[in-house]
Amino acid sequence: MNTIQQKEQEIREEFGLFDDWMDKYNHLIEMGKDLPMIDEKYRQKQYLISGCQAQVWLHARLEEGKVLFTADSDALITKGIVHMLIRILSGETPQAILDADLTFLDEIGLKEHLSPTRANGLVSMIKQMKLYALAFQAKQNKTP
Amino acid sequence: MNREIRDQFPILGREVNKRPLVYFDNAATTQKPERVIASLGHYYRSMNSNIHRGVHALSQEATEAYEGVRKQVAQFINASSHREIIFTRGTTESINLVASSFGKKFLAPGKEVLISAMEHHSNIVPWQMACEASGAQLKVIPVNDRGELMLEKLPSLLSPKTAIVAVTHISNALGTVNPVKEIIAMAQQHHIPVLLDGAQAIPHMEVDVQALGVDFYCFSSHKMYGPMGIGVLYGREGLLDQLPPYQGGGEMIEKVSFEHTSYNELPFRFEAGTPNVGDAIAFGEAMYFILETGYQKIAAHEKHLIEYTEEKLRQREGIRFVGSAKERAGVISFLVNNIHPYDIGMIMDKFGIAVRTGNHCAQPLMDQYGITGTIRISFAVYNTTEEVDQALKALDKAIDMLR
Ligand SMILES: Cc1ncc(COP(=O)(O)O)c(C=O)c1O
Repeated sequence: MNTIQQKEQEIREEFGLFDDWMDKYNHLIEMGKDLPMIDEKYRQKQYLISGCQAQVWLHARLEEGKVLFTADSDALITKGIVHMLIRILSGETPQAILDADLTFLDEIGLKEHLSPTRANGLVSMIKQMKLYALAFQAKQNKTP
Repeated sequence: MNREIRDQFPILGREVNKRPLVYFDNAATTQKPERVIASLGHYYRSMNSNIHRGVHALSQEATEAYEGVRKQVAQFINASSHREIIFTRGTTESINLVASSFGKKFLAPGKEVLISAMEHHSNIVPWQMACEASGAQLKVIPVNDRGELMLEKLPSLLSPKTAIVAVTHISNALGTVNPVKEIIAMAQQHHIPVLLDGAQAIPHMEVDVQALGVDFYCFSSHKMYGPMGIGVLYGREGLLDQLPPYQGGGEMIEKVSFEHTSYNELPFRFEAGTPNVGDAIAFGEAMYFILETGYQKIAAHEKHLIEYTEEKLRQREGIRFVGSAKERAGVISFLVNNIHPYDIGMIMDKFGIAVRTGNHCAQPLMDQYGITGTIRISFAVYNTTEEVDQALKALDKAIDMLR
């Protein structure tokens, strides 16, 4: 198991504690509240992910070969999901991020957030995180 | 309560997330009564054929049924002739048709199109496109904080440059009923034609295009208990006659050669290609449903639901109504404290309650209020106060969770 899979397993276990949707959502909402604050300078238009009903801001930087994400959203549930994704993908190498399949979202009963009709931008958010990874990878390959 | 009405809508019996469905997104589309659904099936089982072309019996039956609905629409909105009724895919296509054809004929540099700040994107973007194509300019009637058109600004916005006024009859985001008679009267003084976007009006109130004196009236079947994919453009004959065709193809021509094509008469000139016969016929049933239920009853019932809901919402803390126009119908738009509408909608859905959240395709209006969206409850005749109670219980639960 690589570290992404380990972290996914952790989240699976956390959500496994709850049987009903309300507890799951309460947990998600708590995660939303606990999302570390984004630097105000990244809460700007150019970091906004389009295609979401809730606004999501995402920024990434590369440090010692690892991608560090910070993000925010104006909706709490979305923020919870954002927090989950950051927990899993932040601190990983670009390649590991590109390889992640993130099927755990389905398994923990939050599948509805993956459907393209839920204008919550989870799909766009994952895409954007992978795009950052791809860009960092391209840059790394250019400057060995 | 209104059992006989509810029983006509099979979908109202289903569950969502293991709870009885409460459907409060009627401004997006209404549910369909059994007679509409049955009519669709009946058409394809017994009558399906292409119209206006065949000499055979099926084609004649289908043609008669389709043209019968056209006459029915004419009566429904009191048009002076069925030639003024053009079938389209819906409001959006109706507006695009006018923006394109009227635009080609009457828009040019120095001309202006006047819309309002509360329009649905469907009554903004087609005009922007027509203005771009023609060099005309788009002007906007402003909206005040209550969500009413600032009618006092209208005289200064109307001028010989104004080619057309295109406004919504009822706002889908706020429920504001606009003073369309006054608008039309003012425009008529300058001989300026008026288009009304009736998508949100005709489900709730009787529309008489001659009494209104309106030049174009656009609406969708699917928001008035009929099927999706069919809608209407009413156009005053004298004006329609002057417009060039919208799309080219079969049905809309009189004679075609490679050198020259002459166009068919109204309304066929604007209906290129095989029309949506089955949905048109089922739409006829939807209009019968409305007539048999009665606009008076529909309006009174929905008014009661709105007042009941507003009263209950007012008893709660932190509710901010968006739009408080004197005349309103169909929808209630609101926000709760600083909670994002999306969060509320998500959790209400878990309780089986369908409400709409977001900008309601009216981004300029949301921008004016400095918000990204609202929670919108919109009613149809089959909704009940019990459903409102259920929805508000879910709302309270959502607020509790999101605090
Ligand atoms: C005021 C208004 N205009 C236009 C439309 C577009 O109607 P349709 O999508 O049926 O073409 C809607 C529907 O959302 C509406 O509410």
